[in-house]
Amino acid sequence: MPYSSFAALLEDAARENMSLAECVQSREAADSDISPGEVRARLAEALEVMKAAIKAGSAPDIKSRTGLTGGDAAQLFKNANDPDAANVVGARFTHILAASIATVELNAAMGRIVAAPTAGASGVLPGVFLSLRHEHELTDDQLIDGLLIAGAIGACFASTATLSGAAGGCQAEIGTAAAMTAAAVAYMLGSPTARCADTTDGDPARLAESIEAFNESVSHAASFAMQGQLGLVCDPVAGLVEVPCIARNATGAAVALAGAQMALAGLKFPIPFDEVVEAASRVGAAIPPSLRETAKGGLAITKTAKQIAKDLQS
Amino acid sequence: MPSTRSIFDIIGPTMVGPSSSHTAGAVRLGALARAIFGEQPTVARIGLYGSFADTGEGHGTMVALVAGLLGLSVDDQRIPDSFELAASMGLDFTFEEMHLDDAHPNTAIFDLSYPERDKYFHIVGSSIGGGNVMVTRIGEYEVEANGDLPVLVVSHSDEPGVISAVTGLMASVGINIAGMKVSRRRRGADALMLLECDTQPETSIIEQLKTVPQVHKVRVIPAV
Repeated sequence: MPYSSFAALLEDAARENMSLAECVQSREAADSDISPGEVRARLAEALEVMKAAIKAGSAPDIKSRTGLTGGDAAQLFKNANDPDAANVVGARFTHILAASIATVELNAAMGRIVAAPTAGASGVLPGVFLSLRHEHELTDDQLIDGLLIAGAIGACFASTATLSGAAGGCQAEIGTAAAMTAAAVAYMLGSPTARCADTTDGDPARLAESIEAFNESVSHAASFAMQGQLGLVCDPVAGLVEVPCIARNATGAAVALAGAQMALAGLKFPIPFDEVVEAASRVGAAIPPSLRETAKGGLAITKTAKQIAKDLQS
Repeated sequence: MPSTRSIFDIIGPTMVGPSSSHTAGAVRLGALARAIFGEQPTVARIGLYGSFADTGEGHGTMVALVAGLLGLSVDDQRIPDSFELAASMGLDFTFEEMHLDDAHPNTAIFDLSYPERDKYFHIVGSSIGGGNVMVTRIGEYEVEANGDLPVLVVSHSDEPGVISAVTGLMASVGINIAGMKVSRRRRGADALMLLECDTQPETSIIEQLKTVPQVHKVRVIPAV
């Protein structure tokens, strides 16, 4: 079993003097009975599928199976690349939104994606990872470390809360994806500085303290992201993974970046991550069944949604 | 929610969308039905119940079920084109809406046949979330098989010593039993043993099990 709490992961990292990614990797190798190299190779394969999915999902003529959605990623990319277009958040951020949408649009068109943690939330992580890769010159090796961290955070939610929209609302899907992504980004961008002996004058005790603080900051990023998604309902129009799921991957990416940035700036979320996961579990269970993937509440029962569902039936 | 065994359950699976339960789970259910049948059937009548019937079209559930019957995996990009593929691979299929009492909302009822070989199977299974599936009925027997590990299905008379005879034979060939369930219609009547095995039982052990006097039938539901 992967780590079921972040505290256990922190403890292992301190005791074994390993990075968080190394701990997750060695545990996975033991669980799956494969070599650490094989763990990385499999994640590298997932990364390739993610890259291909963003590319395929960015096509302007992509359409979902129902014909209801498609082409929004292409439109956002066009907006990002046009210096004269109206833009409030800048081209970089618009690229991230576009890339996050691309994967789920491909998903709705019955294309090949990597669930992360679910198919409906498969756009957040790759959209953020692969957009940051260019700007921060992240290597595939760093991205694989990021996937290990994201996997560990997701596993904490899976073991204590849930990853299913039917059991815990959209908070369980997009919320978890955003928390996973925030932690991974904080890890990938923060790691080089935290592990640099220069900043601690070569003092091993101070270096150990710096690494411990850094490791904790990774969990703060996940907490900052999840606190912004607690209670998010799952209200799919016509019961399909399209509206609002596709747009929610973009807003989920925005929340993930906010969480990562707050952690990178040194902010600490006062409630420890493992307790945030417990809160998520309680909140998810308290979401009424009508707002848990049944299409019996929220956006799914608006006048327009009902008309869409009716049109699709005929 | 099934337990998370690996971070590849979180970063993964790689699959064709849009839904883990209605698409990937449907492919796995079709694949498991095919594995129980033992080969590709030539005729498939597929009943859809609950959410499979209500939202199956938009989720590609029907092409996914057929893809599974054709032996495609959950990440095969030919899934959306499985109907055309079925025609070229000699599978004749039909779909209908069905009503069941007390069934899981994502349930499919397969009537698979290969008339030239006089072979017919009735299989009921559900997609229970996150791409996980459960076959709940084969013919007249209520079973539980999720396709993760092979399951040995042994029908027998409810008499003392049958369980130990069966498990003793399994132990003698080194097959570890991961899970077990025994049920009967009433005392002394027909009974059913479901043995989840860590390794696929060989044909030879199945033949040996059939020689136990109280054993009526033995069948393996493979992992897929």
